Amino acid sequence: MRSIIDILDLSTDEIAELVQTAQDIIAKPADYAEVCHGKKLATLFFEPSTRTRLSFEAAMYELGGHVIGFSEAQSSSAAKGESVADTVKTVSCYADIIAMRHPKEGAPLVASRAASVPVINAGDGGHNHPTQTMADLLTIYREKGGFENLTIGVCGDLKFGRTVHSLINAMSRYKGLKMYLISPEELKVPSYVKKDVLKKKGIPYVQTTDLEGAMPELDVLYMTRVQRERFFNEEDYLRLKDSYILTPDKMKNAKKDMIVMHPLPRVNEISVAIDDDPRACYFKQVLNGKYMRMALIMKLLKEAGTI
Amino acid sequence: MNIDSIQNGIVIDHIAAGNGMKLYELLELDKLDCSVALLRNVVSQKLGKKDIIKIDREFDVNLDLVGFVSPEATVVVIKNGEIVEKKKLDLPEVLINVIRCKNPRCISMTEQEIVHEFRLSDRENRVYRCVYCETKAN
Repeated sequence: MRSIIDILDLSTDEIAELVQTAQDIIAKPADYAEVCHGKKLATLFFEPSTRTRLSFEAAMYELGGHVIGFSEAQSSSAAKGESVADTVKTVSCYADIIAMRHPKEGAPLVASRAASVPVINAGDGGHNHPTQTMADLLTIYREKGGFENLTIGVCGDLKFGRTVHSLINAMSRYKGLKMYLISPEELKVPSYVKKDVLKKKGIPYVQTTDLEGAMPELDVLYMTRVQRERFFNEEDYLRLKDSYILTPDKMKNAKKDMIVMHPLPRVNEISVAIDDDPRACYFKQVLNGKYMRMALIMKLLKEAGTI
Repeated sequence: MNIDSIQNGIVIDHIAAGNGMKLYELLELDKLDCSVALLRNVVSQKLGKKDIIKIDREFDVNLDLVGFVSPEATVVVIKNGEIVEKKKLDLPEVLINVIRCKNPRCISMTEQEIVHEFRLSDRENRVYRCVYCETKAN
């Protein structure tokens, strides 16, 4: 049974196929309105989420399917001590596909090994979040016309930011990539990401604390939030949370066609004044995420022979 | 120093010096009721110094575990005083229930009866990573 736990579970050909499907859904939504008629998606969210859960639910509804599930661990049997494996074995009896978010890293992999239906990782702690990366990829494709020869700056929490690690992994498979890794010293990209991905693949990168200096070089600026929930120590969080704030003034140095992305939610790292700048793409990312989730749900259900 | 030769049992030879005790503990040899000898810092032509473990009974050695701790080691099976098999080891691609992840955020910390699984991610530097959270094994 095929599940998607990591963005690298999808080949570049499959990413291209999903992008094309998503583009087709955007162009002809009515053609997809009944594709999942009578099918059920279970959203098992052991950790709070607004965007991802609603995006999955909206995606399934727009495919004509139904949604069951829970939105916090306290309203599931996990509160009684049930294992992840037992939970998904049970849910496999009710649903055709599962989207799971869990605070523990690797929980969706455990789920995929126990489930008899496809499992989509909807975020596992600070580890992976492949459908966010799919949203990012569709946004880059639609805004920049492809994935090759791009200079991408990732900024903010590059240590705990799972979306950043997944994006680097995903983009490392395309030609002509250059990366700017912009963060405070304490939140730098883990060395294994640099060693195993960037250095191994010979991808040029600059590691810097200077956002304004990097700005003129970038085709894509990917901002991230410093995440309170990833810190064991509140003092460290408070010290680092305001490290980078993107303002209209800083945008003056950027290329006219640079795009600003953010996985959201934002706290204060992108000034609201940027929202009206045509280069701001973070709300487009949200919409693109829904289309990519629709494409992925269809692909996995087709592969499973369910639709 | 003399250690009696064994008639039926296992000799784990060419263990990188210093790793013998670790292997002794991981193989849980303290639980055996037969004679077990751990020799440390034995002079070796090949390695300079090596550790050796001798187990005086038939014993199903977890070769993945030995390969993980000391891929240079050889496992020799002795029956009726004769060497009947000599197993050369290598770094195993996968470690199943050999070591445990120490990342407090990893699902393997809390999930009941989970298979503790690590994969070799960097052969040159002998790096294993947890399949669940990708944390490096120590």
